[in-house]
Formats: sequence, C-alpha cells, structure tokens
Amino acid sequence: MSEPTKSQVVLEPERYELRAAAPYHFDVGRREFFKLLGAGIVVVSALKPALVGQESGGARQRRGDSLPREIDAWLHIGEDGKVTVYTGKAEMGQNIRTSLTQAVAEELHVPMETIKLVMGDTQLTPFDMGTFGSRTTPTMNLQLRKVAAAARDTLIGLAAAHWKTEAQHLVADDGKIRDPRTNQSLDYAALTKGQQLAQTLPAEDPLIPASNWKVAGRSVSKINGREFVTGAHRYPSDQRLPEMLYGKVLRPPSFGATLVSLDPKKAEQMGAAVVHDGDFVGVAASGSDLAAAAVAAIQAEWKSEPQPSGTELFDYLKKNPAGGSDPTGDGDRYETGKVDPALASADHKLQSNYTVSYIAHVPLEPRAALAKWDGDNLTVWTGTQRPFGVRGQLAEAFRIPEEHVRVLMPDTGSGYGGKHTGEAAIEAARLARAAKRPVKVVWTREEEFSWAYFRPAGVMEVTSAVRGDGTITGWEFHNYNSGSAGIRTYYDIPNQRIVFHPTKSPLRQGSYRALAATANHFARESHMDELAHAVKIDPLDFRLKNLKDQRLRAVFEAAAKRFGWGASKTKPGQGFGMGGGYEKLGYIATFAEVNVDRKSGEVKVVRVVSAFECGAVVNPDGLRNQIEGSNVQGLGGALFEAITFENGKILNGRLSQYRVPRFSDVPLLDTVLIDRTDLPSVGAGECPMIGLAPAIANAIVDATGVRLRSLPMVPDGLKIG
Amino acid sequence: MPKLGLAINGRAYTVDVDPQTSLLTVLREGLDLTGSKYGCGEGQCGACTVLIDGKAQRSCITKVESVTGRQITTIEGLATADQLHPVQAAFLDADAMQCGYCTSGMIMSAVALLKRNPAPQENEIIDFMDGNLCRCGTYPRILGAIQKAARSMAAPSAAKRAAR
Repeated sequence: MSEPTKSQVVLEPERYELRAAAPYHFDVGRREFFKLLGAGIVVVSALKPALVGQESGGARQRRGDSLPREIDAWLHIGEDGKVTVYTGKAEMGQNIRTSLTQAVAEELHVPMETIKLVMGDTQLTPFDMGTFGSRTTPTMNLQLRKVAAAARDTLIGLAAAHWKTEAQHLVADDGKIRDPRTNQSLDYAALTKGQQLAQTLPAEDPLIPASNWKVAGRSVSKINGREFVTGAHRYPSDQRLPEMLYGKVLRPPSFGATLVSLDPKKAEQMGAAVVHDGDFVGVAASGSDLAAAAVAAIQAEWKSEPQPSGTELFDYLKKNPAGGSDPTGDGDRYETGKVDPALASADHKLQSNYTVSYIAHVPLEPRAALAKWDGDNLTVWTGTQRPFGVRGQLAEAFRIPEEHVRVLMPDTGSGYGGKHTGEAAIEAARLARAAKRPVKVVWTREEEFSWAYFRPAGVMEVTSAVRGDGTITGWEFHNYNSGSAGIRTYYDIPNQRIVFHPTKSPLRQGSYRALAATANHFARESHMDELAHAVKIDPLDFRLKNLKDQRLRAVFEAAAKRFGWGASKTKPGQGFGMGGGYEKLGYIATFAEVNVDRKSGEVKVVRVVSAFECGAVVNPDGLRNQIEGSNVQGLGGALFEAITFENGKILNGRLSQYRVPRFSDVPLLDTVLIDRTDLPSVGAGECPMIGLAPAIANAIVDATGVRLRSLPMVPDGLKIG
Repeated sequence: MPKLGLAINGRAYTVDVDPQTSLLTVLREGLDLTGSKYGCGEGQCGACTVLIDGKAQRSCITKVESVTGRQITTIEGLATADQLHPVQAAFLDADAMQCGYCTSGMIMSAVALLKRNPAPQENEIIDFMDGNLCRCGTYPRILGAIQKAARSMAAPSAAKRAAR
C-alpha cells in the first residue's frame, strides 16, 4: 500500500455535509493545483454554472489566481498525455469506475487505458456528499463528460495556436488533435508539454449526443477486473501498514445497555492495550485472534433497559409516532381532489394492510478501517459510501479540524446503502491514538449484523375506490416508518391522500438500496392486482387503463411482450404476476413466474422478465449486471430475509441463521433494455429492484389464490390450509 | 509456540502460530496473502475458499495445524506468470463480478469443481457452488463463466485427442 502523499495544500472547496462542524473554506490556487498534480492541463467542474459563467467569461479563465470553491470534479492531463480524473464518488461494485471512464474516453477521444480515476480520497478529490441515491450517472457522468469535452476543446485550441489555424478545422481523434485538411497531428502529450493551463468548466459545452457515442453506450468489462480475478486488489479490510495492530471492540450485551464496571486486567495480561473511553471499550493487539481473546477476557458489567421485540414490531410502529420527516423521499404528505367522498361513494372499496420487516444489507465485506496518526493528523482507509461524511465524523469525534483528517476509500466489497457511517473508522482511530501505532479494525459478520443498521421495517395501509369499469377514483395510502421514497402513485387517480408517518424505530435503521420504494411499490402494486381482481379485469389492462405516463407504459408493454403475458398455465402450481414503477428517474416493469409446490410448501421463482428504461444506456452489459443483481438481491427481501429480535438482541445475526439468496434460488433472468438515446442517462443501481416483490406476490396469488401481504412472504414456505 | 511448515502456492513457509489458528488468519495476517477473504467465519459464504490438495476448503474454519504438509493453493497461486487460469479468464470475460469480494472464493471453488468434474451439468454447478455467496447477485454470470471455463479447458485436450 502506498503512503498517502503529503501535500501542503488541502483541496477542499466546500461542503454540503448535513452534520458537519464549522464550514472551512480553502481557496485553491492554480499554482497549488499544479504543484500537487504536475504540469499540464486542468479542467475543473463547478457545481454552480451561473457563478462560474460569470467568472469564466469567454476566455474560460478565472480572474485572479483561485478557482471556484464549489468544485465537484477535475481532470488533469499530464505532460505525458496521461489523463487523471478526480471524483469524490466511491466504487463498491456499481462499476462506476468503468462507466465514468467510458464517459471521459468518449468526449476526450482517448483510449480507456490512458485514463485513471482517483476516487473517494478526501485529500485528492473534490468534496462529494456520498455515493447513493443512484446519483452518479445522472450527475457525475454528465459533469465528467462536460469536463472532458472542455479539455478536448483546450487541446484543440493549443493545436490551432501551434499550427496558426482556426480551431473549427481541427478534430480530436485517438489521443491526438488532427487537421483533416493536412492530415498533420499532434498527440496530447506534445500539446500538454510545459503547459500550466487551468480552466473552469463553462456552463454549457456541447456534448456528443448519445446516438453518436463510440465508447460510451458499449459494453465494457470491469476496467480493473484483472486485479479482482487474481486476488490482487486490496479492499479496505486488506490494507496493511508496518507496525500495524489489530483492534477489537467490546460490544454491549444488548442495544441501549450502559457500562457499569470494567476490569481490564486479564486482557492486559494477555498483552493487549485496553482503551476505555466513556462507553467505548476496545483493545489493540498484535493479531486479530489475540485481540478477540483479549476482548473476551475483559470483565464488564452492563446495565440493560427493556427493549421492544420483533413480535410486537408492527403494533409498535403504529403506536409510536415520532417527529421529523423523510428527506430522502417524495414528501411526507400529498393530497389532491376529495378522497373521503370518493371512497364513500365507490362501486368497489378495498382496504388492505401490508408490512415489511427489517432486513440487513449483508455486504460481503464487513465494515473495516485502518487508521494511522501522525501527530494531530489522521489518515483512515475505510469502506464507506460517504468518505467526506466519515471525515466529518472523525473530526467531530476527535475534535480536530477536518483538514487534519484524510479518508481514503479503496474500491470496497459492496454497500447497498449500508455503509454510510464511519463506525469502524472511529473505532480504529480511537485505538490507534491510544496505541500510538496504526490499528486495523475489521468487523465480524456477527458485529455487522448487530451493530450496523437495518433497512427500516414498515406498515402500509391502503384504501381505494374503483368503478365497475376499472377506473380508480380514490386512493388513500399511509406508510408508517418505512419511508417516503416511491410513496406517490403514478396511476392517474383524481382523489388521493398519501401520508408518510415517521415513527420510533426499535432497531437502528438507515439507507438500503432503493430505500422505501421497495415497500411502497410492494403495497401499491399488490393492491393494484387486488383491485383488478375485484373488477375482474386483466391486471395489465387494469394498470394501462389507469396509467398515462408513456415511459412507464412502455416498460410494462415491453416486459409483457417478452414474458408472454396472457399465455395459459401449463402446469399445476404455476403462477404469473407483475409489478412495476418509477424510482430514481428510471422506469421498471417486472414480470415473474412462480411455482408453488403445494405438498412441500416450497415457493420457487422460476423466471423473471425485467424491462428497464434509464435514458441513454452508457454500458449495456454493466447495466444488465445491475438489473440482474437487483433481482437476485431483491429475491431475499421478497421471500425470506427478515431480522428477528427480542429485547435488544438480534436473534439471527449470523449467515447460518439469516438466509440470503444463493445459486439455487436464482430464477431465469431475462432483461429488456429500452435505450432512449434521446434522454439523459440516469442511474440503475436501485430502481430495477422495486417491481420484483409485488410481481412475485401477484404470481403467488395466481398460482394459489393466497394473497401474501408481508415481506418476506415465505420465510418458512407457504402453508395452504 | 510450535513452528509449522506450510506449502502454499508451491512455496514452503514456516509460521510461528498457535496451531488452532484458522488458515485464513495465517494467510491474511501472517503471510499477507489477502486474496482469500473473510465473509462470515463459519464456512457459510465461501469467500475464504482455498484448495487443499486440489479440493475446495473453507480456510476460515480450517485449523492451520490440519494442513501442514498438504498442498495449499490460494487465488494468488492460480495464475502462472502472465497466464491467467482459464477460470480466471472466463470470470474476466463474462464480467462475472460486481464488487468482486466473493470472486476469489468463487474462482477457487470453480477450479475445484472442474478438477473433479471437467464437464459439469448446470445443476451440478449450482449444487457445488451453492455454498459460495455473491451478495451483488451475479450468479447467472458466474454460472456462465464456469461453463465457459469448462469448455475452454476441454478444448486443448480434445485437440490433443484429435491429433493422436
């Protein structure tokens, strides 16, 4: 592992951190950039184009020596022609290192191999709020394309000056600027030699339309895939430093327990350094086994408070309202028309309740961090979706300015929304400070199950009204605790009341891939089938009758066609169902075929067809990979994943007790991509997941007549009475 | 502590550890061979899979004393010089990974499977690989990669037979 470069400048334009301490601003000078990055060309992307436009003017150079503060990415072309892109985004399996490289290669007209992405390093990359919410493709991909286009134009300008000709005659082609009239060319290295050019991205730079893409829009394998198949890639938990110790934290026996007394003697006799600071107790030792044994030898007395249990979960959520709101979703309350009269005067009125359990992310790499102090300066390598957020947490925890903290995120063993926080980073740093040596903390799977956080559990209550002809006239939807992402209906209903109710949560909860959209779509799309059955209309016809959104209609129709919707069943136990929706700017329709073995109660998802539309497709194969992965991961929460807990303890916090999807669970996955090259590219890591659970629920009804309204649906199989 | 002799990737090592220590800990902490991953510590996820005398074994639940004098192969020992093992090449070609954390264990299990059964049926692959978890859900690609590797490993020997 390479030591972090010690640089005099900390490139820290601005922060948008929700919980950060005092906002520090550092003006970044052009000269400092080149001191850090080397000579060449730098193009900076600023978040507020208006401000930049004012500063950059036609000359594209800022007056004075400093660049704007609100930078979200920059690109450097060195004197050797090598391209380095700096972004605060983090790679954990979404393959954005590859898709962002494609975007830069496209606009800059260079081979992908010449581009290096520096990601998620708080000292080298611009501030970034975090990698979540499917934001990388719609925002960072677009910004980097603009940055690369601006760099290309700068190179063309340099070549034009060199040849004393007009820029409009020149083209960029395979790492060179060429004059097609004379066929003379100059490569980027030659053009960059001796330059120290910095420019701020103009507000609008013409981009290559998706229909003309050459590199973007094509399937490209994981860019550094070889490091992964050879075991050479170093994940956060693989990091190592000379003199490094292994840390381990003493966990309370249950949530909310407080430490009464502590006797560390036995642990110290074993050769471990014991740190006791408030409720934090941990050890640092020469090996992880020794650290674990030392923690086990600490004699601690805890005081526990009674805690809610899983058996009363949904009741608890209904009875324990809390303040606040859900900033991640679609708003907490939405009302249109007159819903009460519509429900009162309905031809058919239907009321159903749905629930979802807490589930765990189970990233295969658990939380891990390696921390190292140099005086008051702290460096931490850790797996997190929010390197800058974790830097803020570390600064706050140790009461040091953020510019003394550097967080680096090596490409990580997945997150799925579960790695927004910096627990392991803080623990490693606390132990390292006491031990005066670098300390690595890697959570065990059991720690990951108990001391991380969960996808929220929730209760959804739906009341609806429909006319005999299949027109939905009233829709009332309440969500307790799970969240407001995807809570709004995309069906055209004149009278609606939609409310998110924040409640107290018995367990620590947080982000999870697709957030509450999974729960809200499960309830809504299950209910749509219930309504269709009530008025005896085919579920697809019923949806289309109440749906105007053309993009959503298109995915439903495409998936139905590929699935062969309307075909007769060919065997007993077979069932077909659908679900779909709109989330994070993408459109999905999912059709499922299930087989229910009435004797054994086994429910097997046999086939899943997904039609997905996310604007112009950047990397078709990478996109398919994300959609397939969403379906496989979604199977777990739909069928069998649930955290069970009792009085402050997780009861199934091991992989031998918590079932996640395996090879044998995987259905035939068929994916239809609708490539809208006329629309901006948006993200795909989350939306494809949301249609699966209702599609399975509706298929189970089709197979058995049994309506399952709780996720997971069949943790113990399906008993048909 | 007693010194133990280990043969890993064709190289002899002597380690000075408690014989009860897991092979995974010895590989990762003692020898800095970090390609084998920790995922669960109870043999449930397969991320730590290595070959012991050619057979797949979960190194997290393997005591180091039980493998002295045996041939241990880890992901780091699979490729020769610049030549990837056909299973590695197939995983790369099929893009059979997202975060890649399960990849080394998947590859080691697949190598063991193909050693035992060079032309496995799809259901045989699924049965054998069911103990390896990919939380990103790339199973269909991994399945395809293993089938592809089986074909490419069979091809040279088929060619040899044809030449005879």
